[in-house]
Amino acid sequence: MYRIRFHGRGGQGMKTASRILGKAFFLEGYEVQDAPRYGAERRGAPMFAYVRASKEQINERGIIRHPGLVVVADESLIAVPAAGVMQALRSDSILLINSMEKTKLWQDRLNFKGRIIALTQSPSGKGWDEMRFIGAICAGGAARLAGVIQETTLTLAINEELAHLGSDVVQTNLEMALTAFNELKNDTGIVKEGKPVRADDYRPPSWIELSWEDPKLSAPAIHAAATSEKLITGQWRTMRPVIDYSRCNRCWWLCSTFCPDGAIHLDKERYPQIDYNHCKGCLICLAQCPPHAVSAVAEPVAEAQKREGE
Amino acid sequence: MKRELLTGNRAAALGALLARVDYLPAFPITPQTEIIETIGAWIEDGKMDCRMVTMESEHSMITAAGAAAVTGVRVFSATSSQGLLYGTEMLYTVAGWRAPFVLVNVSRGLSAPITLEPDHNDIMAVRDCGFLQVHCATCQEVLDSMIMAYRLAEDEKVRLPVIVNFDGFYLSFTREPVEVPTPDAVDSFLPPFDPGSIRFRANEPLSEGVAVLGGAAYSYFRYEAHLASEQGIEVFEKIAAEFSDCFGRSYGVLETYKSEDAEFTFVMIGSFATKAKDAVDRLRDVGWSIGLVRPRLLRPFPKEAIAKALKNKKGVAVIDQNLAAGLGGVLYTELSSVLYNQKGAPDVLLSFIGGLGGRDITPEDFYQIAAVTRKAVEDGETPPPRLLYSEEELLEVRKLQSVARAARQTRGGGK
Ligand code: SF4
Ligand code: SF4
Repeated sequence: MYRIRFHGRGGQGMKTASRILGKAFFLEGYEVQDAPRYGAERRGAPMFAYVRASKEQINERGIIRHPGLVVVADESLIAVPAAGVMQALRSDSILLINSMEKTKLWQDRLNFKGRIIALTQSPSGKGWDEMRFIGAICAGGAARLAGVIQETTLTLAINEELAHLGSDVVQTNLEMALTAFNELKNDTGIVKEGKPVRADDYRPPSWIELSWEDPKLSAPAIHAAATSEKLITGQWRTMRPVIDYSRCNRCWWLCSTFCPDGAIHLDKERYPQIDYNHCKGCLICLAQCPPHAVSAVAEPVAEAQKREGE
Repeated sequence: MKRELLTGNRAAALGALLARVDYLPAFPITPQTEIIETIGAWIEDGKMDCRMVTMESEHSMITAAGAAAVTGVRVFSATSSQGLLYGTEMLYTVAGWRAPFVLVNVSRGLSAPITLEPDHNDIMAVRDCGFLQVHCATCQEVLDSMIMAYRLAEDEKVRLPVIVNFDGFYLSFTREPVEVPTPDAVDSFLPPFDPGSIRFRANEPLSEGVAVLGGAAYSYFRYEAHLASEQGIEVFEKIAAEFSDCFGRSYGVLETYKSEDAEFTFVMIGSFATKAKDAVDRLRDVGWSIGLVRPRLLRPFPKEAIAKALKNKKGVAVIDQNLAAGLGGVLYTELSSVLYNQKGAPDVLLSFIGGLGGRDITPEDFYQIAAVTRKAVEDGETPPPRLLYSEEELLEVRKLQSVARAARQTRGGGK
C-alpha cells in the first residue's frame, strides 16, 4: 500500500494536493483513501492530509504511520514539533521538501537517513508567489515519485478536482503540477509501497493502568492568567502585514480596532505596533487602513529581509 | 452505477438527494456542517428540490424535523456531538410522536474537555430515546444506509425516526470509492413516502403527543414504541435483502467477518471496525482463528443475531469507543446482558475501552487485545476492563501538566 502524507498550513492547499493525488491513483485503478486532518479549521495553522492507495481493498484508517513519502509544502513546519512532519518515518521514507534551500543542507540539518529531495526552485523561478499553487506542485511531485501515475492521468485528475474553480485556475495549476512532475523525472517510482505490521513480530503497546489522581491535577483546567500569550500563534502566518510609518497618519487606529487578535498596540507616539508573535496574518488591518500604509509580505521574504537588515 | 471518490459527509448528502428529501431543518456543527453546506449548494443550483430552513438551535431543528414529518413529507437533518445532546429532549419527543424521518449523527467526543475528534459517547447518550440506530463503517455504507433508513423509518411496522451514525474525520472528511446508484434505481427501491394516516393539515386539526395522566396510557404508548423498534430487526432484514437484489450489496443487522469458524472474536461498531478486519487478516496470516462481529443496528439491539454469532466462541473482546462514567463500556454491558443465561455463551467476555476523543487504535493494540483474550481463556479468568492507553501517552499528559504547574507558579492564581 502507498502511504503518503502532505504537511502544510491551513490555506496552502494540502487537502487539494491529497485529492489530486488520490484521484490520480483512483483513475489508475487503485483503491484510494484521502483525507485532510486539522485541529480547529483555520488558515495558517499546521495541518496535514494523507493518501492511501492500494490494489486491494483498504481497511486501514486514520493517521498514517510509516509513510513511504512525506511532502512538506512549508519548510517552516519542520521546526514545529506539533506539526509532526518527522513523525514515524521509516528509514526508507522519502522526504520531498518545498524549499529554497538545497537538499544537502536539509540532510545535515535533519540528520535523516532516508532520501531527501528539495524542490529547490519554484517551477518558473518566480519564487514565493507560487506558494499559491503549492498544492498542485506537491501533488505533481508526489505523483512522479510514486511512479505509477501517467502524465495524462495527473492532468485528468487536476481537471476533475479543480474544475469548480474555472479553466484559468485549472490551467495554471496544471502547468505548475506538470513542471514539478517533469522536474523529478529521474526519481520516478522511488516511493515504495509499505507492508502491514506483522502480527507475530510487533512491539507490544506499553499499556498502563491509569490511577485515581487528585482533581487539582486531574481536572482539565488551567490555573493561570494570560496563558494564551505563550502560544506563538504568529507561526500560523503565511503573509506578514508591514506598516509603512511614512504613510501611517495615525488615523483613528482602524488597524488596531479591527484586528481580531488584539495584536496591534500603540506606542508612546501613538503609532501602531504589530505584535508578530500573535498576529495571525489575516490582513484585516491591511484592508482597513485608509492611507494604505499596511502592505503584505510573504513570510519567507520578510524573514530574508529581516536577516539582511540585521 | 458509477464509482466515485466521496467523503462520508458527501455520501450522506447524496443519500438525501437520492431519497428526494422534501424538507431539511439545519444547524451547523463540526464535523457535520459539510453535509448541509453541500445540500444547500445543490438547492441553490436547482439540483435538488428541497426546502432548507436554518434554525437557531438543534433543539428547534429536531422539533421542526418531527413536526414536518407528521405532515407526511420526507425529512432529513444532521448533527453531531454537542448538537445531538442539545436536541436530546426533542429526540425523545419526536420518537414518541412516531414521526418517521432520518437524522445523521456524525460522531464526535463530548465536552469537557472539548474536542473535535470522534468517539461514540454522543450516540450512546441517546441510545434509549426511541430512534433506531444504524452504524456505518465505510462511506459506501453511509450512502446505502441513508437510502435504506427511509424505508426502515417509514415502514408501517416501525414508523419511528432513524439515526444514521458515522465517525467524524475517519469517515466524515475521508474520501473513499463509493458506488453511486442511479436516481432511477433508487426511485424504484425507495418510492415516494406514503404517509398513510400521517397527514397533518391546517384544515384538519390534530394534536401530536397529547398529555396522558395516569400510567396506563403512558405505559401503553411507550411500550408500543419499544415493540415497534423491535420490529426493526425483521424489517431491516427484509429491506436489506431487497437492497441486495437491486444494488448487489448485502447488509445484515450484524456484519460478521471471518467469525463463523473462529475461536476468538472482536466486537465493535463504527469505522474503526475496518481496522479490526485488517487485524483479523494479519492474525489469521500467522495462524490465529479469529474474526470480527460488528453490530450495524444498535437500536433495536440485534440480540438473537449476536447470541448466535458469538455462540461457542472461546473468547470475545468487546472494544468500546465510549465510556459510561461509573460503569465502563456501553457495548460491553449490552452484550453481557444479551449473553447471560445463553447456552453456548463465550467462555470469556473481555472489555477494552479505546479510541476516546479520536485516539487511534493501532494494529499493535488489536494484536495485544487478541493475545490478552487468549490468555484469559487459557487461565479461565477474565481480567478487568482495560483502557487502551500507553506509557508514552501518559508522558505527553505529564508534560502538559508540568507546563500548567509552572504557569501556576510563575503567574499565580490558585495553588
Ligand atoms: S494581519 Fe493585521 S489584523 Fe490580522 S492579526 Fe495581524 S495585525 Fe491583526
Ligand atoms: S489604519 Fe493605517 S493609518 Fe490608521 S493607524 Fe493603522 S496603519 Fe496607521
